Amino acid sequence: MKPKTLFDKIWEEHIVDAPPDQPAVLYIDLHLIHEVTSPQAFEGLRLNHREIRCRTQTIATMDHNVPTTDRSLPIADVISRRQVETLRQNCYEFGITLFDLNDQRQGIVHIIGPELGLTQPGMTIVCGDSHTSTHGAFGALAFGIGTSEVEHVLATQCLRQNKPKTMEIRVDGQLPFGVRAKDIILGIIGQTGTDGATGYVVEYTGEVIRSLSMEERMTICNMSIEAGARAGMIAPDQKTFDYLKSRPGAPKGNLWDEAVAHWRTLPTDLGATYNRTVVIDVSRLAPQVTWGTSPGMVAPIDGRVPDPSQMSNEADRKSAERALEYMGLKPNIPLQEIPVQRVFIGSCTNGRIEDLRAAAAVVKNQKVASGVHAMVVPGSTQVKRQAEAEGLDRIFKEAGFEWRDAGCSMCLGMNPDYLLPGERCASTSNRNFEGRQGKGGRTHLMSPEMAALAAITGHLSDIRQFKMEEKAS
Amino acid sequence: MQPLKQVKGIVAALDRANVDTDQIIPKQFLKRIERTGFGEFLFYDWRYRADGSPNPDFELNHPAFRGASILVTGKNFGCGSSREHAPWALSDYGIRVIIASSFADIFFNNCFQNGMLLIRMDEAIVADLFKKANDRNGYELTVDLESQSITDEGGLSLRFEVDAFRRHCLLNGLDDIGMTLQIEDRITEYEAKRKRWLVGVGDKS
Repeated sequence: MKPKTLFDKIWEEHIVDAPPDQPAVLYIDLHLIHEVTSPQAFEGLRLNHREIRCRTQTIATMDHNVPTTDRSLPIADVISRRQVETLRQNCYEFGITLFDLNDQRQGIVHIIGPELGLTQPGMTIVCGDSHTSTHGAFGALAFGIGTSEVEHVLATQCLRQNKPKTMEIRVDGQLPFGVRAKDIILGIIGQTGTDGATGYVVEYTGEVIRSLSMEERMTICNMSIEAGARAGMIAPDQKTFDYLKSRPGAPKGNLWDEAVAHWRTLPTDLGATYNRTVVIDVSRLAPQVTWGTSPGMVAPIDGRVPDPSQMSNEADRKSAERALEYMGLKPNIPLQEIPVQRVFIGSCTNGRIEDLRAAAAVVKNQKVASGVHAMVVPGSTQVKRQAEAEGLDRIFKEAGFEWRDAGCSMCLGMNPDYLLPGERCASTSNRNFEGRQGKGGRTHLMSPEMAALAAITGHLSDIRQFKMEEKAS
Repeated sequence: MQPLKQVKGIVAALDRANVDTDQIIPKQFLKRIERTGFGEFLFYDWRYRADGSPNPDFELNHPAFRGASILVTGKNFGCGSSREHAPWALSDYGIRVIIASSFADIFFNNCFQNGMLLIRMDEAIVADLFKKANDRNGYELTVDLESQSITDEGGLSLRFEVDAFRRHCLLNGLDDIGMTLQIEDRITEYEAKRKRWLVGVGDKS
């Protein structure tokens, strides 16, 4: 038999119909929905008198638009409230399970799927959200879709898809001291560009990837979209199975053994080929921070703001000039001299328990710098409870951080958590686009440890130095 | 969906690379639950100044581009979020065809779902179209999907590629959900053979 990639195996297993000269009709195992990209899909079903094909494979949560402060109060913004209420009504009318604002299982859609064991190897998973790629960390084929496609899945449990190409990103070398999953993926995007993987499903391979925890793997797959990829995947292994075992959505009893036996057949066969392979050596990678308005505008923390006049490509130069103007930065200044006024720790990229533990370890017995407003927004209500059980909330609060309820929050600022014009933020989220965190706001993306450190020092800082000093003392 | 066969119209040039969907339709407008009325918010933060007046420096506010139905823009257009509000806003504003050297995947799909035609062209051709649109007041193109051609009155004649299925759907204004529902038997057949642990997974949380 011809050797196959992880992607090929999942793709072939989900083909319902493959008419010639047409996209394949692909079966969808799990459909996740939220309040922002679903209302028009339900409206479409109603207008066309269509039913939901398989309500038990659809799960809804509220995340993008929800307040992260006192939830016993009504949502102040009338339009936000209407959107949240619309999801509630739609789920009730169509019989879909919803994790509502005060449900213990509520949280960011890409945090709760894995945490509840709904996300499993070999699945096809879609959601009207580009960071659906997160679930690929379990060896699932998971990708973001638009609202018309949400409607398509609701009505048919299928999607029409052209087969994407495959790309292997092999991460080799020895991960240096102080360098984390976020730095790896930012480093990859810096190297490939924000359209380097457009049209491809990426499989991350190599010893470094194997050595990462499930949560770190999710951080990597999460930002695949920032490299333009259709999806990101990592082959399932014992870590994947250990993570899933005994979670509510995971198979039980004999079915568990049957599932694991199948999951073990999924990894890419020896000799299988990808359309493209990129090899990245992380041995000399430094912690990364973005300086511009696209995730590809990234540099090592011990570096400087680049000088557009030194760029040979005209489009790149123009983009960099525009970015520096928006960011209020001058070329060639050391990145560590850039002060911040806000710090955001959270999001589907870095809002999991390991992220909060890493940030808390930096913050412990320290104080947030004066003039800095810092907040922690756990990715889910369960992450919040777990952190509180471990006493992390106290560490953050004693240092001067705000401790909030779960949601997307200032990753995209649809709720009341957003930057004011000119405010500069050290953020663990995934996008530093103009206005992403608030109109006129300036975002620097980085790892949770680096964001925590920026809160303490008041400027972008090198976590390696901090750790060395901590060791020495 | 309205069929798209031919579009003849003014070309607007937006010579910027990596324009993301957060710029096309900023997040404060994603709270609406309707599919229509997004055109006035298109490129909101670029298009309007803080006091709400049009920003004269923004390309699409150029008087020569008024009423444009064809947009020519830089590489990787539509990157970032999957929000279909981006094509809804472009379409509501009057854009039917977008020409660029590359597009982000999800945005590309979303546009076709809304009856818009996206055309990939070499960077040199895009650069030439930028120049023509910027130099000539009210520069027009005719984009013909049937013959897969782009022409102007000055003798320009280009051929473009488009996925055969997408072309078929656009020309006939087809609803692809309806097409998938026609093979319901196949879906039911497939469902009978699924791995047992996957059935009804959403109910197990």
